[in-house]
Amino acid sequence: MNAKVRKIIPQILTLAVVALIFGFFTINAQTNMENRGIEFGYGFLSQESSFDVQFSLIEYDGSHSYARAYLVGLLNTLLVAFIGIIISTILGVVIGIARLSPNYLIERSATFYVEFFRNIPLLLQIFFWYFAALRALPLPQDADAIMGVFFLTIKGLFVPRFVWENLDIFLYSILAAIISMIVIKNYARKLQENEGKQIPLLYISLGLFIILPLLTFLVGGVSLSFEIPVIKQLSTTSFVYEGGLGIPPELIALTLALALYTATFIAECVRAGIQGISKGQKEAAASIGLTPNQVLKLVIMPQALRIIIPPTTNQYLNLTKNSSLAAAIAYPDLVLVFAGTALMQTGRAIEIVSITMFTYLSISLSISVLMNWYNKRIAITEK
Amino acid sequence: MFKYIKQLTSFVAMVAVLFAFSTEAMAKKSKTLKNTQKKGFVRCGVSQGLPGFSNADASGNWTGVDVDVCRAVAAATLGDANKVKFTPLSAKERFTALTSGEIDILSRNTTWTLSRDADIGLTFVGVNFYDGQGFMVRKSSGITSVNQFKNGISACTNIGTTTELNMRDFFNSKGISYEPVAFEKADEVVAAYDSGRCDTYTTDKSGLAAQRTKMQNPDEHIVLPETISKEPLGPVVRQGDSVWEDIVRWSLNVMIEAEEYGITSSNADSMKNSENPAIKRLVGAEGELGAAFGLDNEWSLRIIKQVGNYGESYKRNIADTGILPDRGPNQLWTKGGILYVPPAR
Repeated sequence: MNAKVRKIIPQILTLAVVALIFGFFTINAQTNMENRGIEFGYGFLSQESSFDVQFSLIEYDGSHSYARAYLVGLLNTLLVAFIGIIISTILGVVIGIARLSPNYLIERSATFYVEFFRNIPLLLQIFFWYFAALRALPLPQDADAIMGVFFLTIKGLFVPRFVWENLDIFLYSILAAIISMIVIKNYARKLQENEGKQIPLLYISLGLFIILPLLTFLVGGVSLSFEIPVIKQLSTTSFVYEGGLGIPPELIALTLALALYTATFIAECVRAGIQGISKGQKEAAASIGLTPNQVLKLVIMPQALRIIIPPTTNQYLNLTKNSSLAAAIAYPDLVLVFAGTALMQTGRAIEIVSITMFTYLSISLSISVLMNWYNKRIAITEK
Repeated sequence: MFKYIKQLTSFVAMVAVLFAFSTEAMAKKSKTLKNTQKKGFVRCGVSQGLPGFSNADASGNWTGVDVDVCRAVAAATLGDANKVKFTPLSAKERFTALTSGEIDILSRNTTWTLSRDADIGLTFVGVNFYDGQGFMVRKSSGITSVNQFKNGISACTNIGTTTELNMRDFFNSKGISYEPVAFEKADEVVAAYDSGRCDTYTTDKSGLAAQRTKMQNPDEHIVLPETISKEPLGPVVRQGDSVWEDIVRWSLNVMIEAEEYGITSSNADSMKNSENPAIKRLVGAEGELGAAFGLDNEWSLRIIKQVGNYGESYKRNIADTGILPDRGPNQLWTKGGILYVPPAR
């Protein structure tokens, strides 16, 4: 028996056993479901759901289908993940850099933050923000207006709603601003490469981005007004705000808890990334006459990012998956709406759990693909 | 090569174990009773804590009318009402736990509906509590009827229950817009409502009465008089074992019929000398009632002696604890209620 065959046989055997186990589980589940009179199928997705959901990004009520309820849950999950990732990234970068600050107070505070928030279980933090912190908020009738138009109450944060006219023109102007920014950036790079001249790129871009959309208000007929929330009495002691936009406290608590928790891990990734660059790089860059800002932007960060991105991707994935803890505090995410209420009402456990698992898998893989693409782009091109 | 052999053996062992488990699950005829007697305890699914129905005290003793159904089955099949293993389940988990065989009886304030009975491999065996969905509000709100609800009201409730569906039907029929806030566990619903997150808390009226006792100031809350749905709560078993189904059904029926004939845990033994043949049958002094289930003839006597009749169970768990002193519809048909069971003969 040669070495090749010897290597392959155990692998084939392993594969066969794995296939056997999967096959066995499938057949077992099928037999048991048949015995117990449970049907299998995805037809229920088109049935009327007949339950309402507290918070939805798309139009939905109980007269829509289970498929629509699934979409509502999915979008709510993506919303939390999206906001959470943005906040945790900003916070993580700031804290990570602060951890390296020469200022003792800043460095210590950042260290305390990281050690505190990453060592308390996430579910506990979610409960804290929901039941302890948010519960300390006033009832709607006792809430003081923040800047006259924001109301932070136990029933949620009520903010003015934008009422646009000719919104499309405004959006086109932003698109135009972005395109011209890219054109100018390319021009500036050529100028730098060919003639060694630099133009104040940041100021020009910023100017474009502000002035172009602003112009549409003056000449494009775009106008923006606000619908300010107004308090409404429901009974002698209960009140609620109407009009404007209500952000449920469940969303605020969940996002806050996820972002604060994940930021600690991202901060550590950032710190590790920056510390992973040898001092010589910084000194060499300074010796050829780059300013400290340029050193950070042109020499340190591009190298540090290569170390930061892969572990940060893990944190993004964690945050997204952790958002399923929403069920504990009534935020209607995918798990609560679909794998919770819909599962209960239909009793289709295997179908719904499989769809939910596949959905989370797809979200996670998409984030991975995106981050891997970004990682490749900034990686050293080796010859 | 030795390494592979070791790996292989562990795989084979795993597969063997899996098959050993499966022959039991795959058997065409379910043998719940046989398994129960072999294990020596009844596997019963209950709530995670609902005073009066199924609630564990500090030392882990379960009490409640739902708990008593399982105890009755244990008394009938194993001879000891304490031989029950209770599994606390959330509303979401309960049916899966039953259909997957983790428990053999689900006695967890579960509403009997057509779709549950027909669709998901379950069989409801009877009703041990007639309930209906209601609303709780703060007394200070001045609300005394559901007709005073206004657009924008927020309602806290549990997910995975008929409550969510009834609530929608109710608010839609009244044309009121509302904000449903649905939690997975009852304790969190209570905490959220109690702190002012919601204007009203809706679930079965018995549940409202029970949960009210858990609030910071129970006196500050009232349950509105209106009932918006029928919620017949009862024990559930897996489909496909009609003998087990009959045992659970008649364990409950015996408790109710015992009350009808005035048989209690204290006088059950002396009832053997009764003149009434119906009473004699219930205490096992006449007829062969147990044989049909494969049980002895004193199965019903043990239920009455160890658990008591329905009235005793209600009084002990629901009335004396101050949850619902008035029996309402859960009174015998002979006394103006709707408890009416087929005769045990």
